[in-house]
Amino acid sequence: MSGAFLGMPAFPANAAHAVQDSQLRYNLRKATHTIRGKRAAVVGELPDWAELRAAAAAIKDEALRDLDTHLLTLEAAVTDAGGHVHWAADAEEANRIVTDLVKATGETSVVKVKSMATQEIGLNEALAAQGITAYETDLAELIVQLGDDWPSHILVPAIHRNRSEIREVFLSKMAEWGRPAPDGLTDEPRALAEAARLHLREKFLSAKVAVSGANFMVAETGTLVVLESEGNGRMCLTLPETLISVVGIEKVVPSWRDLEVFLQLLPRSSTGERMNPYTSTWTGSAEGQEFHLVLLDNGRTKVLADEVGRQALRCIRCSACLNVCPVYERAGGHSYGSVYPGPIGAILTPQLRGMGSELDRSLPYASSLCGACYDVCPVAIDIPEVLVHLRAKARHSPAERAGMRAAGWVLDKSVRLAKAQRLGSRFRRLAPKRLPGPLAGWTDTRDIPEIPAESFRDWWKKTDGGRR
Amino acid sequence: MSSREQILARVRAAVRDAPAVDIPRAYRTGGPREGLVELFAERVDDYRAIVHVVTGDQVAATIGAALAARGVTRLVVPEGLDEEWARAAARAEGDEAATRALVGDDPPLGAGDLDAAGAVLTGCAVAVAETGTIVLDTGPGQGRRVLTLVPDYHLCVVRAGQIVGSVPEAVARLDPARPLTWISGPSATSDIELDRVEGVHGPRTLEVVIVTDR
Ligand code: SF4
Repeated sequence: MSGAFLGMPAFPANAAHAVQDSQLRYNLRKATHTIRGKRAAVVGELPDWAELRAAAAAIKDEALRDLDTHLLTLEAAVTDAGGHVHWAADAEEANRIVTDLVKATGETSVVKVKSMATQEIGLNEALAAQGITAYETDLAELIVQLGDDWPSHILVPAIHRNRSEIREVFLSKMAEWGRPAPDGLTDEPRALAEAARLHLREKFLSAKVAVSGANFMVAETGTLVVLESEGNGRMCLTLPETLISVVGIEKVVPSWRDLEVFLQLLPRSSTGERMNPYTSTWTGSAEGQEFHLVLLDNGRTKVLADEVGRQALRCIRCSACLNVCPVYERAGGHSYGSVYPGPIGAILTPQLRGMGSELDRSLPYASSLCGACYDVCPVAIDIPEVLVHLRAKARHSPAERAGMRAAGWVLDKSVRLAKAQRLGSRFRRLAPKRLPGPLAGWTDTRDIPEIPAESFRDWWKKTDGGRR
Repeated sequence: MSSREQILARVRAAVRDAPAVDIPRAYRTGGPREGLVELFAERVDDYRAIVHVVTGDQVAATIGAALAARGVTRLVVPEGLDEEWARAAARAEGDEAATRALVGDDPPLGAGDLDAAGAVLTGCAVAVAETGTIVLDTGPGQGRRVLTLVPDYHLCVVRAGQIVGSVPEAVARLDPARPLTWISGPSATSDIELDRVEGVHGPRTLEVVIVTDR
């Protein structure tokens, strides 16, 4: 995954830092609460939401179960329609394919539609290393790119920035990248959007190569689907002579008909609208455009091999789970150290990257297991189930394992527990706030609860359940 | 082994034990039958697009008035546009001498020409009442996808018979081999503090004329 995040400290340290930032917490709270309300209203409008959700989960499961067949069908359909299909086993290979395709056109810049897959593989950095500039065209991505920042939300990557911060970024950075911000730019959202329109217009009108992702790929027909709001997607998909789409292999749905389900679920879950302003679909080479599809694995087949974890591949990146997550709301997207933040990030990132780093091992713990994410997920991913599963798989330190064994021994017999509780009460004043040595790992992220003077058990016995 | 073979082999190994799946399609595949025009008009209006519901004999006047209200002097007309609509667009209402320039797409217009034209008049392929969506499929009277993208003002005429109730009905009517553009209101962004702002890169104004009969 993107090098930008490597070497980041684990989630608890990042989160502890983020919660100190009151502006960030305010921005996040306002944004997530607004969108939650909108989502609930438009979801409530559909009497068959539960049925749509069940169908969506099953369609994705079926797509994944026969993924090899669907990918081959897709490849044939795209090729028949005049497109070219490339296969990339990992990030490096995908970056090399895209770089070579751009170089073959003789261009030194590309316009980009927001795509999580290309962020995941660090495409912009790879292109830059070869002297190719990638211009992000989604308003939020533009804010992130100009501000030399990281995305912090799937749908609204600049959610951590408020309007006056955005104005600052535009005023100080737009000139470096192209048309400068207009004089007298205010922090009105309308004025900021207008500044972005003007800044990007010349880029769209002269762009020769575009790079996109896709929300869905229909195997049976070879059709790609992109949902968006601003029209920057349409600009990138239609104006340039060459279009390169980098898409994760799990984005396949078997049949055209399946879109009737996802085109209802995604906009309502995502922006909380009945429908997003623009959805584009195209099959192979549309209107004479040169079209390349890069199918990306980059760890997805590894996720697929895990019986419990594979459901994470159903994800349609709506971001509903972020917006309801109490941990995300407080810790913010950057704490997750990945392009996939929030509950989905907590289960997807450690599976895609493996749990080699301390950060990735800590992600399955970035949750209170409250289950709100599962409730809103339009493809019914049981995120808490996967979290618990990953916790069990994560490598635990010897001290933690010893502690767990000791706790298991104590809790196994009620006599032992009663004895331990009495011991605890007797020495309660000696209990430290932070545990020493290797045990500090536990209290780094938790406060030690106060030990009561008397256990509930003893109190119950003494008072006969409160009657005495 | 090529990456293609490698990925396919990994997939096969990964899902060997995965159980078979039945897809329950218990959701609604039909939609409302009654009041489609009213529902569609209401939902389009919710996106802050401008909506008119008119009878067939009022279409020409409505097109003329809409273009006049915006001070349009040049507009793009795709091939195969209803001739009555095109005539109405060319004739400036109430003033026989004044005409608007109709710009055709043959030879294909460049992005700069489209930017300069500023307005476009089209029909559509299908419309969806429940979501207030217009779908264009580049067929007659709709043109290439860029025609409805670069000009800042999009005037779209929808015949009542083209309106279906729900998304599944629309998907069933459309041909995936054609490039499709689903349009729900003017272009918009919610990227700044999740405040919806209409008009970013696509047309900032969408005006829809719904024709109830001929
Ligand atoms: S896990 Fe579910 S709720 Fe979260 S982004 Fe993916 S589809 Fe949406």
